[in-house]
Amino acid sequence: MPSSSASRKLKEAGVGFLYLLPALLVLAAFRILPILLSARVSLYDWGMAGAREFVGLGNYLAVLQDPVFWKSLLNTGWYMVFTVPIQLFLALFIAVLLNQRIRWLGAYRTVYYLPVVTSIVAVSIVWKWILHPDRGLLNYILSWVGAGGLRWLQDPRGLFQLVFGDTRNLIPLALRGPSIAMCSLIIMGVWKGLGYNIVIFLAGLQNIPKTYYEAARIDGAGRFRMFRSITWPLISPTTYYVLIMSSIVAFETFAQVWIMTGPPSGGPLSTTKVVMYYFYENSFEFWRLGYGASIAFFAFLIILGLTIIQRLVLERRVHYG
Amino acid sequence: MRLRSFPIHLLLVVCGIAMVLPFFWMLTTSLKTPLEALQFPPTWIPKVFQFDNYLEVFRQIPLWRYMANTVLITFASLTGVLLTGVLAAYAFARFRFPGREILFMLFLALMMIPLPVYLVPSYMILFRLGWIDTYLAMIVPWTVNIFGIFLLRQHFKQLPQDLFDAARIDGCGRFRTLLSVVLPLSKPPLVTITVFNVIGSWNSFFWPLIVTHSDSIRPLQVGLAYFSREQSTNYTLLMAATTMAIIPLILLFFIAQKQIIQSQARTGLKE
Repeated sequence: MPSSSASRKLKEAGVGFLYLLPALLVLAAFRILPILLSARVSLYDWGMAGAREFVGLGNYLAVLQDPVFWKSLLNTGWYMVFTVPIQLFLALFIAVLLNQRIRWLGAYRTVYYLPVVTSIVAVSIVWKWILHPDRGLLNYILSWVGAGGLRWLQDPRGLFQLVFGDTRNLIPLALRGPSIAMCSLIIMGVWKGLGYNIVIFLAGLQNIPKTYYEAARIDGAGRFRMFRSITWPLISPTTYYVLIMSSIVAFETFAQVWIMTGPPSGGPLSTTKVVMYYFYENSFEFWRLGYGASIAFFAFLIILGLTIIQRLVLERRVHYG
Repeated sequence: MRLRSFPIHLLLVVCGIAMVLPFFWMLTTSLKTPLEALQFPPTWIPKVFQFDNYLEVFRQIPLWRYMANTVLITFASLTGVLLTGVLAAYAFARFRFPGREILFMLFLALMMIPLPVYLVPSYMILFRLGWIDTYLAMIVPWTVNIFGIFLLRQHFKQLPQDLFDAARIDGCGRFRTLLSVVLPLSKPPLVTITVFNVIGSWNSFFWPLIVTHSDSIRPLQVGLAYFSREQSTNYTLLMAATTMAIIPLILLFFIAQKQIIQSQARTGLKE
């Protein structure tokens, strides 16, 4: 009897493993093996023709000393610092409005969601046209209020330079803020991702029991007070999720740069060259695969770091009801 | 009450217009003559509807070919994802074998690794296999969706044990149980995975950009992106091509929007 139970267990393990095998094979070949290989490739001066020379940590050191890498990090940083919070608060605001037991909720949700299902390639092509400096729709609309005339994707000036009227480049490079070209990508990024965040927030808001608000109303709380004391703390797990997701999406920005900026892409004056584009350019245009793998490693560290920091700093404040 | 909701609607409508305006602009430009498209101030509605722009796109690029490529890649990888996903999730949820938890953790950890980390060596592997510039390079690596496995495993785990006991008493084997008991009860996660995967493959750009070189094999997004570089000033044609490229997915969205939005919302919630 015990031996038959042992053999049954063995059989179950074997069959179970068999079920797992297809997924495991694909992952082994196209995830696990590449990740291991990536470490190896990064230690070589590896071109299109294959490994040439072992350089040890040379690629990593070269990346760290490469001013364009730091510039691309700064560019990505500006993009994230603007896109993520704007998107988050705007989405929360709209979701709160939509949650007021309002009519035509479905129609609004559909409209806001449309850019989310549309491909980034299509959206980039359309926005490049909208942002056209002389013929674009955006400058036309801005001209109604006497504004406009910005050259959007072609303008390398920093946002803070423009705001503070710095025409003689007095502000140091790192503090000039995102270039106007980068601001164009930020505007489009907010527009594209807003609907996703709204839908997530709306789902979170609908989970808050209505009785809390009724109780607060009886206690004489106003709208703002209710938002601060009920909605904001109870929605915090959703906020946390949205923050992490949209940070990662923002960090991985690539197609917009390939399609909308330049030529050469990443311009003007490399002010839209984000980390992902820099990685792509080195790996698949210059075919410096070892160098590309090193950049990818730093990109991974940064994403991991962001997740950990957000977890450490924010998770304590998150209220899991 | 009606009156108080007016400012809310006003705000929502203004934001809503901002959301649709780019689509409207795409459509209206796609129907203008090149001359009218460059007019400033621009016209909101074309004076003459230039439907020929759409035909001209087909004369310039093999758009049908791009679409067919995308459809093929989308369905092939979806089939793979559903097959590998159901089997793997069933193993994780309903079998006992040594190393099960460790393997599952490994899968989840793999999900955290961003694309650039495995892109360069994946390219090398595909190159070795002679798969660069073939459909295989765009399909096979994407026949597993770890997040899908995760969703299905959660779902399989919470199915009542009684169902499985009853199936066994009725003489069902494990595989038969999966087919006739588990799968019919798993529609929501399967729909969610299908939705994510179809949208994901239809819109994917980075990977196919890198693993394809010839025009005939390019999926829609890559073909469209190259077209936008080659015809960077031909806005009427670009907008016509873009309109056609997004129509299939927009249609799908209108048909299945409830499932799509619910799927997205559900996955965003803490388990």
